[in-house]
Amino acid sequence: MATVVELPVDLFKGPVDPDWCPGCGDFGVLKSVQMAAAANGVTPENLLVVSGIGCSSNLPGFIHAYGIHSLHGRSVAVATGAHLANTDLKVVITGGDGDGYGIGIGHFIHAMRRNLDVTYVVMDNQIYGLTTGQTSPTTTLGHRTKSTPGGNVEIPLNPLALAITCGATYVARGFSGEQKQLADLIAGGIAHKGFALIDVFSPCVTYNKVNTYPWFKERVYKLEDQNWDPTDEKKSLDKSFEWGDKIPLGVLYKADQPTYEDSEPIFKKGALVKQPLGLDKQIFNELIEEMI
Amino acid sequence: MHEVTVGIAGAAGDGLDKSGDTLAKTCGRLGLFVYAYNSYQSIIRGGHIWLKVRIGQDKVRSHGDKLNILVALNQDSIERHSREIDNDGAIIFNGDRLKCDPSMVKEGVQILSIPMSQVTADVVKEFGPIQPIMQNTVMIGAVLYLGNFDFSEAASVLTDTFKHKGEKIINLNVGLLKAGYEYAKTHFKAVAGEWKFSRIKRPFTTGNEVIALAAAAAGCKFYSAYPMTPASTILHWMADHAQKVGIVVKQAEDELSVINMAIGAGLAGARSMCATAGGGFALMTEAVGMAGIMECPVVCVEVQRGGPSTGLPTKTEQADLFQVYGASQGEFPRLIVAPRDTADAYGTTVEAFHIADKYQLPALIMSDLLLSEHPETVDKEVFDSNIKIDRGQVVKEWNQDNGKFKRFALTESGVSPRVIPGTANTCFVSATDEHDEESILISDMFTAAPIRRKMMEKRGRKIENMLKDLPAPKLEGPADADVTLLTWGSTWGVVKEAIELLAAKGVKANHLNIKYIFPFHAKEVTEILSKAKKKISVEVNFTSQLARYVRSETGIAMDGHVNRYDGEPMEPAYVVEHVQRILSGKEWNLDVTEEEAREIGYHYLRTHYAEKLRPGKITRGTSKGISEDVWNVELVDRTSGEKQAEMVIGISTGATYSYKSLVPAAAK
Repeated sequence: MATVVELPVDLFKGPVDPDWCPGCGDFGVLKSVQMAAAANGVTPENLLVVSGIGCSSNLPGFIHAYGIHSLHGRSVAVATGAHLANTDLKVVITGGDGDGYGIGIGHFIHAMRRNLDVTYVVMDNQIYGLTTGQTSPTTTLGHRTKSTPGGNVEIPLNPLALAITCGATYVARGFSGEQKQLADLIAGGIAHKGFALIDVFSPCVTYNKVNTYPWFKERVYKLEDQNWDPTDEKKSLDKSFEWGDKIPLGVLYKADQPTYEDSEPIFKKGALVKQPLGLDKQIFNELIEEMI
Repeated sequence: MHEVTVGIAGAAGDGLDKSGDTLAKTCGRLGLFVYAYNSYQSIIRGGHIWLKVRIGQDKVRSHGDKLNILVALNQDSIERHSREIDNDGAIIFNGDRLKCDPSMVKEGVQILSIPMSQVTADVVKEFGPIQPIMQNTVMIGAVLYLGNFDFSEAASVLTDTFKHKGEKIINLNVGLLKAGYEYAKTHFKAVAGEWKFSRIKRPFTTGNEVIALAAAAAGCKFYSAYPMTPASTILHWMADHAQKVGIVVKQAEDELSVINMAIGAGLAGARSMCATAGGGFALMTEAVGMAGIMECPVVCVEVQRGGPSTGLPTKTEQADLFQVYGASQGEFPRLIVAPRDTADAYGTTVEAFHIADKYQLPALIMSDLLLSEHPETVDKEVFDSNIKIDRGQVVKEWNQDNGKFKRFALTESGVSPRVIPGTANTCFVSATDEHDEESILISDMFTAAPIRRKMMEKRGRKIENMLKDLPAPKLEGPADADVTLLTWGSTWGVVKEAIELLAAKGVKANHLNIKYIFPFHAKEVTEILSKAKKKISVEVNFTSQLARYVRSETGIAMDGHVNRYDGEPMEPAYVVEHVQRILSGKEWNLDVTEEEAREIGYHYLRTHYAEKLRPGKITRGTSKGISEDVWNVELVDRTSGEKQAEMVIGISTGATYSYKSLVPAAAK
C-alpha cells in the first residue's frame, strides 16, 4: 500500500474568502474538505471539486484545487464525465440538499447504481438558502417556510436510506458542528473505492430556525462510540431511519464492491486523457472494410 | 444515366431490410452507386415499411422519384405501391399467397407472381422446409435477373453474410437466390440494360456511422448518449467499436446527464461528443450555454426528426434550426454546422472537433433522419485516415514566477490558454457564473461591470475569427441562372438532382447551400443573393426557417419557398414541380389529391376496421351539409373488389366527414 503523505491544510486555501452568512454550517464543511484532502495527501492539482447551484455550491470558489461550478442539479453528471475522462483526479462533489436531492436526484441515484469512485458531500440544511428560504426535499413535515406557509406536507426524503438501497458503497452522516469527525468522514470517503455519500447537517442560520446547531447538538451521537459495524446492509438501512431524539453521526454503511471503472477495460490502459488520440491506420482500414 | 430503383415493401419484421442489404451490397461490390431510403414507423412488428434502393452507373444523390421494380411482401404493399411502378417495370410477389389486380399497374408493367412452393421445391427437398422470411431471398434472386445484376456477386454477399452460420445455411440461401434468378430468367424479361461494372468497392454506410467513425478518427475519447431515434445508431456504432477505437461510451440516465457528462469530460481534457434528436436537445439546451461560458470544447450532434414534441419519431424534418440557434439563455459563441450528405458528414465532424478545441466552445452538428439513417455508397477516399489532431492552445506547464495562471485571460484572439487539470500550478474554477480572468466570480460579492463587458467582448471575438477559418458558401451552377435555390443540410443532394431535371425542362437554376449556420458568412451570402434573379428556398419544414434566418442576417427575402413537412424527405420531382409553379406565379394548391384521399382512406380503415377493405374508385364532388368540395371514396372488398362502404373526405381540410357501411350488420 502506498504511503500517504499528509499535506498542510493551508495548501488548500482558496483565492477568495467565503461569502456565506456568518455562522453558516458550510464553513465547517469547507474546512473539513480541505482537511480531508490534506490528510489523504491529494495535491490541489489532483483534486477536482464539482458543484451545482446554491449557497453550498459556491464551495469550489473557496478552495485551492480545480473546480467546476456547474448547473443546478447537474454536478453529479458533470463530475461523472470529468472523472471518467481522467480517473487519476480525485473528484469530490459538493452541493446542497436542493441541488442534489431535488433537481439533481436522478443523477444522484444513477451515479450510486454505477458505484462510481467519487465522493459526494451534501450540505443538508433542510431549506433553500440562496433563494431565501423555501422548502427543500429534506424539510421536515409541518415546517413552515416561505413556500409552505401552512407547513410542509411532503414527507422528507431520507438520503441515507436512499443511498444504501441505490448502491452507494460508503454512506455516512456528518455535522458541521463536529468538524474533526466530519473531516474524517470525508477523508474516509475520498479513500474509499466506490461511491461515497456524506450527508452533512449544515445549519442555515438565516432561514432555518428549526434545525439549528443547538437542535442538532441535543440529538446527535457518534456511531464510532458504539462500535458500530457498518458492513451489514440491512442493519445499516434500519439505522438510517433513526431520527428524532437520537440521530446517529458516522459511517452507517460501507461495502467493498467493484466500481464502474473496474468494469471498463479501456481504463486498463490508464486515464483516458493520457491515452493517444485518433486511430491507427490498420484499425481505420478495418473499420472501412466493415462497411463494404 | 443508367439507373434502376428497386422498392421493397412489407410490414416490420418481414425482413425487408436484410433483403435490401443483400441487393445494395451486391451492387456496391459491382462498383455501382447505391442510395437507399427506409420509410419506417415507430413499431417493432407490423405497420408498413417501405425501402427504396436506387442503383446507378453514376453517383446517385437521393432515392429519386422513380420505381422500376417492386418487391411486395404482403397484399397491402401491392395495393399501396403498384401504381408507382414505371412503365416497363415489374412487380414481384409470392404468388402462393398474394394477388395483383392488373388494373392497379401501369401499362407494360410485368406482374411476376412467383409460385413460391414450386420454385423452392428442389431447395426444400434438399434442406427441408424454409421459413417464410427466406422467400425474400427468392425474390431478390428474381430482382438480380430483372436488374441485370451479377448473380455470382450476390451469391458471394450471401456467403459473407451467413459465413458465421456454416456451409449448410450458405448453400440454402444461395440455392434460394438461384431459384428466384432462374425462374425470372425463364419467365420474364429484364428491366434494366447492360451495366459497366467497375467493381470498385465503396463503403455502403449511413450518416450516423460516418459521424461516429469521424469522431473516433478525430480523437474523441468520451461519448455519452441516451437512446433516441434517429441518433441511436451513433450510440450503437460507438458501443460496438468502443474497445477497438478506445472510446468510453456511456449510456446515461437522461439527456441532461448526457451533455453534462460530455462537458465534464471536455473540462477534464478529453475530446468528447454526445448526440440526440430534437426532443433530447431541448433537454440539453441549458448545458450548451454552460459550455459557452466555461469555454469548454464539446461536440453535440442534433439529428432532426418530425416535431414538435415527440412529433414523428421515425420521420425526417429540418425544423430545429431555431431551437439549436437559440439554445440556452444569453449570448455566447458556438459553432452550428449542417453537413450536406453522408460524405460531407465525415469532414464536418472532424472539423467540429478541431473548431471546438481551437475556439473552446460547443460545436453543434445538425443532421436529420434522412442524412443520418439512409445508407449510400461513398468513395473510400472521403475517409481520410491521416487526421492531424490539434488541441488548440493548451498550456503544458506553468511556472508560478509568471504570476497566477489566468484561465480566462483577455486576449486579442478571444481564445484564452487552457490546461488539462492535473498540470502543476494551474488550479482554477470553471464556473457557470460570469468571472474575471482568474475565474473568480463577478456575480456575487465582486460585481465588476467593465470586466463583464471585456469578457463578453473577448468571447465575442471568437465569432469573427472562427468565421475566417470556415469556407464561405459558394454558388453551385451557372452564375446567370434564372433561379437560385437556397438549401441547408441533406436537401443539398436532392436539389442538385432537381437542378438537372429543371435544366432538361429549360429552366436554368443554381444552388446556394448554407453549411455554416453560425457563425454566418453574411457578406458573401448577401453578395450572392443580391445578384440572383429569383430566389427560392427549399426546406423540409413548414415555416422556411433558413430563409427567415438568411433574411435576418442579410435583409434579403426569398421570392418563394418550397416546403415539405409530411415526414418524408424532399424529392427531386417535388422540387421541380414547385419551382416551376413559383416561377409561373401560381399559388400552391394545398387541396387533398386523389392519391392522398386514397391514403386517408387506408388510414381510416387501418385504424377503425379490420383490413378486409381497400379504397376503390374515388370521385370528386360535393356533399350535402358540407361547405367544401369532397372526395367520395368507395371502399371495396380486398379480394372480390365488391363495394362494401363509402366515405367522404374534405378536399380542403382533409377532414373525414363520414363512413357508411353498405353491408347489413348481419352480413358482416
